[in-house]
Amino acid sequence: MADLSLAAVKSAVLIFLLLTTFAYMTLLERKLLGKFQVRYGPNRVGPLGLLQPLADGVKLLFKESFRPAQVDVIVYLVAPTITMVTSLVVYAVIPFGPEVSFFGRRVTLYLADVNVGILLILAASSIGVYGIILGGWSSNNKYSLLGSLRSSAQLISYELALSLAVIAVVLTAGTLSLVEIVEAQQRLWFVALQPVGFLIFLVAAIAETNRAPFDLPEAEQELVAGYQTEYGGFKFAMFYFGEYIGIVTMSALATTLFWGGWNGPLLPPVVWFALKSFVFIFFLIWLRATMPRVRHDQLMAFGWKFLVPVGLLNIVVTSIWVILRQT
Amino acid sequence: MNELTRETLVLNMGPHHPSTHGVLRLIVELEGELVLGTEPVIGYLHTGFEKEMETRTYHQNIVFPPRIEYLATMIEEHAYVLAVEKLLGIRPPARAEVIRIMMAELSRIASHLVWLGTSAVDVNVSSLLMYCFNDRERILDILEMVSGQRMMHGYMRIGGLQWDLPDGFEQAVRAVIDDMPGRLEEYERLLGDNLIWRKRTEGIAVLNADDALRYGCTGPVLRGSGVGYDVRRAFPYGGYDEYEFEVPLGRAGDAYDRYLVRMEEMRQSCRIIRQALERLEPGPVLVDDRKVALPPRRELVRSMEAVIHQFKLVSEGIRPPVGEVYSAVESPRGEKGYYIVSDGSNRPSRVRVRSASFNNLQALPVMVFRNQVADIVVAIASIDIVLGDVDR
Repeated sequence: MADLSLAAVKSAVLIFLLLTTFAYMTLLERKLLGKFQVRYGPNRVGPLGLLQPLADGVKLLFKESFRPAQVDVIVYLVAPTITMVTSLVVYAVIPFGPEVSFFGRRVTLYLADVNVGILLILAASSIGVYGIILGGWSSNNKYSLLGSLRSSAQLISYELALSLAVIAVVLTAGTLSLVEIVEAQQRLWFVALQPVGFLIFLVAAIAETNRAPFDLPEAEQELVAGYQTEYGGFKFAMFYFGEYIGIVTMSALATTLFWGGWNGPLLPPVVWFALKSFVFIFFLIWLRATMPRVRHDQLMAFGWKFLVPVGLLNIVVTSIWVILRQT
Repeated sequence: MNELTRETLVLNMGPHHPSTHGVLRLIVELEGELVLGTEPVIGYLHTGFEKEMETRTYHQNIVFPPRIEYLATMIEEHAYVLAVEKLLGIRPPARAEVIRIMMAELSRIASHLVWLGTSAVDVNVSSLLMYCFNDRERILDILEMVSGQRMMHGYMRIGGLQWDLPDGFEQAVRAVIDDMPGRLEEYERLLGDNLIWRKRTEGIAVLNADDALRYGCTGPVLRGSGVGYDVRRAFPYGGYDEYEFEVPLGRAGDAYDRYLVRMEEMRQSCRIIRQALERLEPGPVLVDDRKVALPPRRELVRSMEAVIHQFKLVSEGIRPPVGEVYSAVESPRGEKGYYIVSDGSNRPSRVRVRSASFNNLQALPVMVFRNQVADIVVAIASIDIVLGDVDR
């Protein structure tokens, strides 16, 4: 019973943290983009614009829940929910730090240490694609449809590359549990052992989160807003939530798999974890400010003709290396 | 082919679409993401300026050209006053010509900067837009310093200029054109050195020289295809024959070549401005013809004749001889011509604007045929249309 209530408390804290992160991610992105583009960014609401996310949230909540004519109502409403929920589920298995002592009780800084944690993450993010496909399909809009078709093609192909990079890490660590993967990096971070794997992961993660330069599904210059075109108000916020939390997830995952997770000297583990994740988030925003967008066919060609073969090769090399190490 | 088995999707892009640079509507026929047909639908920004110019005197009409094409404002004014001057058979004083050329070239840089920023943002390099607009703002500051307005200047006069340059003009211009090559190099590093930008523009929206000529394309669109036609060179006007500059040419006729051509044109414009600064000699900036230009104010208190001229010019305006002229300038978008018919009255009986944007836009379907949807955006950006100029 105590365990159950502890898990409930942890979930509540986690959801609160994630919602806050999402809100302030939007502010951080706008602020940083402002800096990159030699302008101020939001600075009207509250000191330094710090209350801007609050204002945005309130605005989106109170917007009319508009629905275009002839949409497939149930699917139309379910789609953003799928995106939001799947992006949250992932956090059940991401470890923020090791065990800590809390009021005399030992508390783990993760919800669950599933022995196939990494599979769970990949599975959840695959289901997230449904939100995009269904959203684009049910909107009854050509731009939405094109956006969702692109998106599904993109996510499926880059999921493959992502998985290949992850498999190499799993081989190196010898476990599928994220906690054990982090613990295996106490001496040496996997980025040193898996540099190619990390690069593949990074590129695939950017594509997976629909970020520039791979933000084709919502390429506003061509497709207005892609699959989100017909969504407004809180339904739009849910899509956005899924997307931004996806960025945090991928940053956290990159930290966990390649950059030693919570490991680091002096500072508390959680701080290390947050810092490392932040570096990735910053990098993604930086990319958005700098890079042109690739074209759809170029993206697919790059994924299938370059990333996947290199990923496979990486796995072969890693496997040989693991076997040699054991003998 | 049987209509039923043709699996095409007709997509209506615009007239309110993020990347059609105004109110352009495209009816696009798609097979997957492949473009099979494009039909530009224009006219959403029709203003009737040409007709309106028939109801106003020649001098009043100076305010219309910059409103027709609002990015290269000084060049537009230049085009109009040159046409009227040709009708009258007069030539402005040397100082006025030099200043006009400087203004025109500053406008050209400002216009190309807008093109660079917007075409970058069309492939999602959002930062460059801000940098370019910052630079453009410095140029607009100079134009404001000279004329009192950022965009709709009304600075040129038939037979010269409204007034002379203000103090501190030369330093301000030098500061901008000394910075410009460095800034351009920076932008080229950001775009030209970027593999994704190259992939998005090289071999995209190709227009070969024959098609370009067939559609009457001019400006960077034509020169990107390798045809060396620049009105400043082919039919020098306003003293351009005395300046040294190169006309950059492309080869492949793709979006990347048009990008290169425009980047080089900005450098050449800086070069022309530098030469113009050297040529700037003191002197009058308005012709001394009392039938065309207002008399200086100091004469009004002394000479009755000057008062009469002033009154006639203000109340009635100039009366060019009967005839018709066509006079063209090189605008950032190509050949911008004014065709004016005079019936001897104080208002033109017909004004027709030959806009390069209109002709260039007609080549869009050829450019994007069998390209991807995403390339339409690149193509439109590389044509650099101004919808006000297309529809007039």
